[in-house]
Amino acid sequence: MLDLLGALVLVAGTVFLLLGGLGLYRMPDTFNRIQAGTKTTTLGTLLTLAGVALLEPAWTLKLLLIGLFLLFTNPLSSQVLARAAHRTRVAQTHEVQVDRLADDTGETA
Amino acid sequence: MGRVRNSAELFATLLLFWILLNGTLAPGTLAVGAAAAIAIVLFYTDGLSFLSHFQPVPRSFTASILFVFYFLRELVRSNIALARIVLSPELPIKPGIVKVRTKLKSPMGRLLLANSITLTPGTLSVELTGEWLYVHWVTVDATDNEGATAKIVAGFERYLEVMYG
Repeated sequence: MLDLLGALVLVAGTVFLLLGGLGLYRMPDTFNRIQAGTKTTTLGTLLTLAGVALLEPAWTLKLLLIGLFLLFTNPLSSQVLARAAHRTRVAQTHEVQVDRLADDTGETA
Repeated sequence: MGRVRNSAELFATLLLFWILLNGTLAPGTLAVGAAAAIAIVLFYTDGLSFLSHFQPVPRSFTASILFVFYFLRELVRSNIALARIVLSPELPIKPGIVKVRTKLKSPMGRLLLANSITLTPGTLSVELTGEWLYVHWVTVDATDNEGATAKIVAGFERYLEVMYG
């Protein structure tokens, strides 16, 4: 029973990772791609870890620690990537509605 | 909240992680862990830890637990929202960068807020300057600062305000 549940959670995790890959491919610019990448890898990997924990309960504590590291480092690296992209004026899609950061730093979007 | 106390907290946190990851209390393993922890503490004397500025009052702990559940819910919602966008043939996005203001004063509170924003529906923190955060939004719902603040920040601030002030 626990094996089946673990396998299902693992599959759910990989589905989100797959959707993230699709998002990377379909999104029009750097910022939207980072968005697709960050969210899906975080939840996808957390679910994968949870699935493994259900299959191998003895590993739970270590998997939990890995999950914690992930929760703190994943969004941070994405934020730094996005900031670097904006500072070097990476082109944004023409669909962009508003850019307050460019307004405030005197750049033209 | 002195420097020594910060360093001691960091050392204890690192050593605890090391022990949990190794799953042993053998003297050799402990010695290596302690040496590494001391080196890291020396490099990051001004660093932050989870406990920096955490307000150790009972309602703070309640807020922490509620925060974790609220966060996990938002993370799942954000993935479903993204899946919906990615799977629709016309890719319904309306991207932009908006500016929001936080009431949080402590650096750790602001860090957690920025990280949480990045993992919640359609938003990604790009730049932080003082009390202002610039947030990339896949589907811009409000372009004015107040409207965006209410939609993006308010949910998390409710808890973080109690935890970190």
